[in-house]
Amino acid sequence: MAALTPISRKPMTFVLPIVAIVGAIAGMFVGTSFGSTTLGFFMGAIALAGLACVYVNLFDNERMVRWFHIVGSIVLGYLAAGNIGILLAGLFGWFSIWFIYWIYEGRYRAKLLPYLTPGQVLWHYTFYVICGSIFVFLITPILVVMPLSFNAQDFFTFTDKMLRLDPEGYSLKHYQDFLGLREDSNGEWLRSFWNSLKIAPIATVISVSLGTLAAIGLSQSHVPAKRAIMAILISPMIVPLIISATGMYFFYSDLGGFMENSLGMNKDFVGYVKVILAHAVLGIPFVIITVTATLVGFDRSLTRAAANMGAGPVTTFFRVQMPLILPGVISGGLFAFITSFDEVVVVMFIGSASQKTLPWQMFLGLREQISPTILAVATILVALSIMLLATLEILRRRSERLRGMSPG
Amino acid sequence: MKFTKTLLATTALTVAAGAAMADDMTIVSWGGAYSKSQLKAYHEPYSAKTGVNIINDDSSAEAVAKLRAMNEAGNVTWDVVDVVAADAMRLCDEGLALEIDPDTQLAAAPDGTSASEDFGDLLVSSCFIPQIVYSTTFGYRTDLVGDTPPTDVCAVFDLEAYPGKRSLEKRPINNMEWALLCDGVAKADVYDVLATEEGQNQALAKLDTIRDSVIWWNAGADTPQLLADGEVIMGSTYNGRLFSVIEEQKQPVAMLWDAQVFDLDGWIIPAGLSPERQARALDYIMFATDTQRLADQAKYISYGPARKSSAPLVGKHESLGIDMAPHMPTDPNNAKNTFLYNYEFWADYRDDIDAKFQAWLAK
Repeated sequence: MAALTPISRKPMTFVLPIVAIVGAIAGMFVGTSFGSTTLGFFMGAIALAGLACVYVNLFDNERMVRWFHIVGSIVLGYLAAGNIGILLAGLFGWFSIWFIYWIYEGRYRAKLLPYLTPGQVLWHYTFYVICGSIFVFLITPILVVMPLSFNAQDFFTFTDKMLRLDPEGYSLKHYQDFLGLREDSNGEWLRSFWNSLKIAPIATVISVSLGTLAAIGLSQSHVPAKRAIMAILISPMIVPLIISATGMYFFYSDLGGFMENSLGMNKDFVGYVKVILAHAVLGIPFVIITVTATLVGFDRSLTRAAANMGAGPVTTFFRVQMPLILPGVISGGLFAFITSFDEVVVVMFIGSASQKTLPWQMFLGLREQISPTILAVATILVALSIMLLATLEILRRRSERLRGMSPG
Repeated sequence: MKFTKTLLATTALTVAAGAAMADDMTIVSWGGAYSKSQLKAYHEPYSAKTGVNIINDDSSAEAVAKLRAMNEAGNVTWDVVDVVAADAMRLCDEGLALEIDPDTQLAAAPDGTSASEDFGDLLVSSCFIPQIVYSTTFGYRTDLVGDTPPTDVCAVFDLEAYPGKRSLEKRPINNMEWALLCDGVAKADVYDVLATEEGQNQALAKLDTIRDSVIWWNAGADTPQLLADGEVIMGSTYNGRLFSVIEEQKQPVAMLWDAQVFDLDGWIIPAGLSPERQARALDYIMFATDTQRLADQAKYISYGPARKSSAPLVGKHESLGIDMAPHMPTDPNNAKNTFLYNYEFWADYRDDIDAKFQAWLAK
């Protein structure tokens, strides 16, 4: 966006207090880590305001001052906290000098509409800060796990070596443990990962087939008691999981007993069947909801046109209806997959040790030994989830484009 | 049509292949390093000897609840279960565990001493086959306790000499005993005093003095993590966890063995197994609790073998190569002042004191 408003330099009485506030907030963090919050607060305010005063009054060359400030911050950071200080102080130095000139030269005004009052300008940036804080609040717990998963120790602790960015403080041993490459790893992690990868896709296929059929059936106008049926089908999502799990436990142990004793099937095989069926039930509501939502935009005259041209109901479904509701089916399937992949309560009730899934193993690891292998797995799972969500988003955009809802 | 045929054929094959496979034996334990020590000392040699495939299920923490549910559903899927003695007593009382005759169903010591004599008074229940003696004791950060490291348990209650946080288990058991001991009650009288209303109040009043400096733990892994973080200067946990923190993770932590509380962990066989499975479980127990096997487990974890005849056979740690005997809670140097978990007292008073303790915590 081009500049909308001519800008001018601001008076010191305006610049210094604002710069002092930013300095105070930064000083508070530094002060807390060195033991005195209050001292840090005042020192930060005075230091940054003082520097700003010197920079803008005594020097004309902004570029030179910027470099001087950033290099100075880095040196101070290194002296105070070592390697990690270089990084943090460098970032803050870069930000603070940009901020000083941004305020002083009035650049913050340049891209806003000329008629805004100071109050509106303030709100504009406050709004940005609030949004940014919410983002940080949501994302920090996930991010903090990632460096910890490279910890060289067996605890959830940022060691001194890690804080100094010493390579010795980091290792891939928890990833090796997950992959079963270490001498003392017992392969349980990988086995439970494979179990999850076996159970989740099959459960997803079952949920998607049944859920899609149910949604299509329920969208027909002649089905009686539609709402009641819908409510029952969605109930696994609404009833607390622990209650479903208890009920399922007794139901499936009878079913399993029948399959093992009367049909003579293998215990392991029956165990997988039980868990897969239970997870399929949990996944169906997600498929029904997403498919029902796509069916709202589906033009019924298309099926009548197909019938008119001699296509049977099955051909019509696969050649006409399915391609159009596919995005809904796939996103429902992704939800069903993640439900099964994340599920720990039901599988603990129904499964036996041979069906141990990844979330179950993580739960045990957390309760028994707080092993950072959990963090390594969490990091891998976060990466997987990001890929799944990206797929979902790409599919959504594709469907919008196909339906002509957005340009391009 | 072709698709349907293939599907049918595959299903038939899977089922047939499944049915042909021998049943595995499911052994339930606590997970982590403890399960690993059992895997090395018991499961692997047993599988090598008999060809039985053993599956480890880490569900001991909810063993009582799950066994009840399995019994109700009439489908017990576990073959052998590792539980603490108190749980074994409950299961035995409810008829969920099989009663064992030690002299005919357990191996005698190599010198011919009968199993009942070898285990001695550790056979606390007729369903319970003791395996290890573990203790709940304190560890402290050597770098955070100043120049005079603590030597007795009352250091936990001494905020002047040892300022800082300490971690205690979030239950009355052990904490009440320690509190009374440090409030001037003689060791022999602790349970008599604790049985009275005034005694319970006295213990809680003593705990009140350190209340603001306590971090309460629920899982055995909490105190090691807190000690490694330096969040607490001392904390109670199981001695095997502290061994791992000190010797394997090389943290600046030392043991305070004073007033450690012994407890037992061992096997039970669930009631209601089919005769073949029961015979197999008994065969496993006979093998896994003999003198040599119990001594072998101490190579992997610092818990004391429950048989007297195993003690002289305890050797070096498998990977660290250090002598394990001095790290056993039962070693004479560590066992100068000990308690044995008082099963009868806590069976009678647990609910009552638990309620009081929780009310005190919430205050």
